[in-house]
Amino acid sequence: MANVATHKEPLVRIAKRDSIPFWKSTIVRLISIVLALIVCGGIIYLLVKVNPLEVYKSMVEGAFGSFSKDYKFFNRRTWITIRDTMMLLCIAVGLAPAFKMRFWNIGAEGQILVGGIATAACMIYLKDLPPVVLFICMVVTSLLAGAIWSFLPALFKAKWNTNETLFTLMMNYVAIQLTSFFVALWENPYGSNTVGVINPTGHEGWFPSVFGQDYLLNVIVVMIVTVGMFIYLKYSKQGYEIAVVGDSENTARYAGINVKKVIIRTMLISGAICGLSGFVAVSGASHTISISTAGGKGFTAIIVAWLAKFNTFTMILISMLLVFLDKGAIEIASKYDLNDYVASMITGIILFFILGSEFFINYRMIFRHKNKEVQ
Amino acid sequence: MQNNIAVKMQNITKTFGKKVIANKNVTLHIEKGEILSLLGENGSGKTTLMNMLAGIYYPDSGSIFMDNDGEGLKEVSIRSPKDAYTLGIGMIHQHFKLVDVFTATENVALGLDRSIAFNKKQIATDILAICDKYGFKVDPDKKVYNMSVSEKQTLEIVKALYRGANILILDEPTAVLTPQETDMLFDVMRNMKEDGKSIIIITHKLNEVLAISDRVSILRKGEYVGTVDTADASVQSLTEMMVGQKVTLEIDRKEPHDKKERLVVKDLTCVNKYGVTALDNISFTAYGGEILGVAGISGSGQKELLEAIAGLHETTEGSSVQYIAPDSDEKTELIGKTALQIKNMGVALSFVPEDRLGMGLVGSMGMSDNMMLRSYRKGFIFTERTGPKKLANKVKEELEVVTPSIQTPVRKLSGGNVQKVLVGREIAAQPTVLMTAYAVRGLDVNTSYTIYGLLNEQKEKGVAVIYVGEDLDVLLALSDRILVLCDGKLNGIVDARTTTKEEIGLLMTHIREEAQNNG
Repeated sequence: MANVATHKEPLVRIAKRDSIPFWKSTIVRLISIVLALIVCGGIIYLLVKVNPLEVYKSMVEGAFGSFSKDYKFFNRRTWITIRDTMMLLCIAVGLAPAFKMRFWNIGAEGQILVGGIATAACMIYLKDLPPVVLFICMVVTSLLAGAIWSFLPALFKAKWNTNETLFTLMMNYVAIQLTSFFVALWENPYGSNTVGVINPTGHEGWFPSVFGQDYLLNVIVVMIVTVGMFIYLKYSKQGYEIAVVGDSENTARYAGINVKKVIIRTMLISGAICGLSGFVAVSGASHTISISTAGGKGFTAIIVAWLAKFNTFTMILISMLLVFLDKGAIEIASKYDLNDYVASMITGIILFFILGSEFFINYRMIFRHKNKEVQ
Repeated sequence: MQNNIAVKMQNITKTFGKKVIANKNVTLHIEKGEILSLLGENGSGKTTLMNMLAGIYYPDSGSIFMDNDGEGLKEVSIRSPKDAYTLGIGMIHQHFKLVDVFTATENVALGLDRSIAFNKKQIATDILAICDKYGFKVDPDKKVYNMSVSEKQTLEIVKALYRGANILILDEPTAVLTPQETDMLFDVMRNMKEDGKSIIIITHKLNEVLAISDRVSILRKGEYVGTVDTADASVQSLTEMMVGQKVTLEIDRKEPHDKKERLVVKDLTCVNKYGVTALDNISFTAYGGEILGVAGISGSGQKELLEAIAGLHETTEGSSVQYIAPDSDEKTELIGKTALQIKNMGVALSFVPEDRLGMGLVGSMGMSDNMMLRSYRKGFIFTERTGPKKLANKVKEELEVVTPSIQTPVRKLSGGNVQKVLVGREIAAQPTVLMTAYAVRGLDVNTSYTIYGLLNEQKEKGVAVIYVGEDLDVLLALSDRILVLCDGKLNGIVDARTTTKEEIGLLMTHIREEAQNNG
């Protein structure tokens, strides 16, 4: 008993905040990014002994092109950064309704792949159709393919309450195997074990350039989806139902909402948009299909959706940040002769800080004997 | 005097976030061998204060002194429940902290770190010794999931005593007990007091305070109001200290007039998801212009009864619930229809469920969006928002809901305000039948009486009100008739004006012969 009495007050205690003003949370987030950059700089300095400022400059150059005298912002690198941002954004927008409903759709990878397969199939077998018809076919089939891929887990969840996390995850592996099959089927040239660029001469089924820009159509398509999803979630009756089901299924039942129907409908939409991302990836970017077409973006998009709290406009900023980091990290890796893992490491460190900042936004720390608040 | 004090809390302050001050400069003490009531309305900081003694929270400022060795008070720091136990403080929480699949003995042994192998037999013997000493009844080999609420509570107390608690804190222990079980609990509490234990009982039931305690300490809005000897206190004086103003504790119950059948329930049987018969052949009629109280130990089928009527719970074949609309005498069968179908048929049924934020409202949405829950289907593709907004403002004004704005997530409102939002919405739907489950649970005295007033108002308008309650005093004062459920069976419908608390208590616990025979 005596030993208890001699204990001091604990050094640090953690308490939940009830709310935090917007400016304060923004500052916390900015600090986290700055700290992340400092840590990354430090690590790179330790590894290769170069000035961290140089390193940051190469990151920016990696994303937006190297700064020379006749530097133009809209150069090829910037466009590729924009293209990849749009791809990530499209997937995140697709995931938004599912996660808002608290349906853990971690199967975007698979939904993207099947959407990509559908698109590639159209490009290969229907290339003689008029471009407009071909495009409609690609859009419709990729939407359908993604929807089918998400329908199965949704149906099982609604009917038998199976765990959607495992189910959607396993569907990814099925999609990967399916992709391998089609890669073998469409192998070109023979023996390369890749599909190669589809329709390299006639460019059938490729996104046409708009105003001379190859990737402007990607931006247009994804922006339409983004704005549409924002309105759908915020103002439509179905969006309201998604929010109610996500908050409490019991309340939804109480209000006479058919929970099963909402789960299936929402997942169809979610999967369809992820399938559409596959279409954007194949027709609008790589013009080929492989098992790396999704390339982990289906998982990264989950972070985007959650960090943005399902606000599709906030997602634009977050996807931009993540793609920028990715491009920058790759640039550092190649410029300073480090391997790809360094790039992943840097992205990982930065994400760790961004996600960690959420803790300081939701909680505050109280130190012993002074009730001072520390962010 | 000094060496008679067991624990002293001095200038204790605890805040949550910046705005919520749970306790402000509270100073109080408990003597050895006494029962102290900690009285206060919901949200007055009683539980928070005691959680600091039990090591669950740590005070922002202030000190706790204890006298453990009889050598006077020493300052202590209680950083965890383990520290609290070492100091001989045991708390019995409202929500029991027991492992369902373990036996009584295993639960008591849980968390003891005396040795690696524990001697079940020895612990069981010790448990029985404690039971003998104070008059508990515990079966050491019974699994917790087989226990009644009262048995679980007893086990919690025994667990605390086994760990050597000299100071016992009971957080609203009687909320879940029948009158008979409450009497039994009070008997053991008196035995423990005789043995020199100090007991703090957190409660807001005044008659219990008067029955059991030696002294009463009162908290109001986190601040310490004062301590009085129970002998000098009365219901009225305590209420005034608790609320801070004079209140009239009267429910204006008028004689029902123009009673008309509104809901005819016949042979209603429900099987819950575990395959247990939760409702067994219930038949009754609810009349417009009358409040039908429903009494029973919690979990006796109240929830299933209301949900089955609302089309939210499956029923077995042969069940029937007929609804009679006020403008026609046509009977509409509700069984077999979904909640949406019932609504679309124009049945004016309002339902205030027990789980306010988990079933009646959407916690992350504001008042306005919550009003929309009933009306969002209007409009073509997009939701119609002006109506709900108007309604939200109206409810906010008429029921004096305290909220920063009608967009503030209702989850952030206090329990009383949450309930006002829910009741306000359901009444605004102009119901013919209004069902409420534990409508005043967790509400302060003033809000509770506001709710009673609203229900009486609805009754006057000719609405058939079904009121599922737990406080028998209120049920007796508010209802016209009381339907008593016992273990899913209808154990009698009594006239609330002539019956007694004891009669209802008996009906709640003992199945009557004829009820059993009737099925």
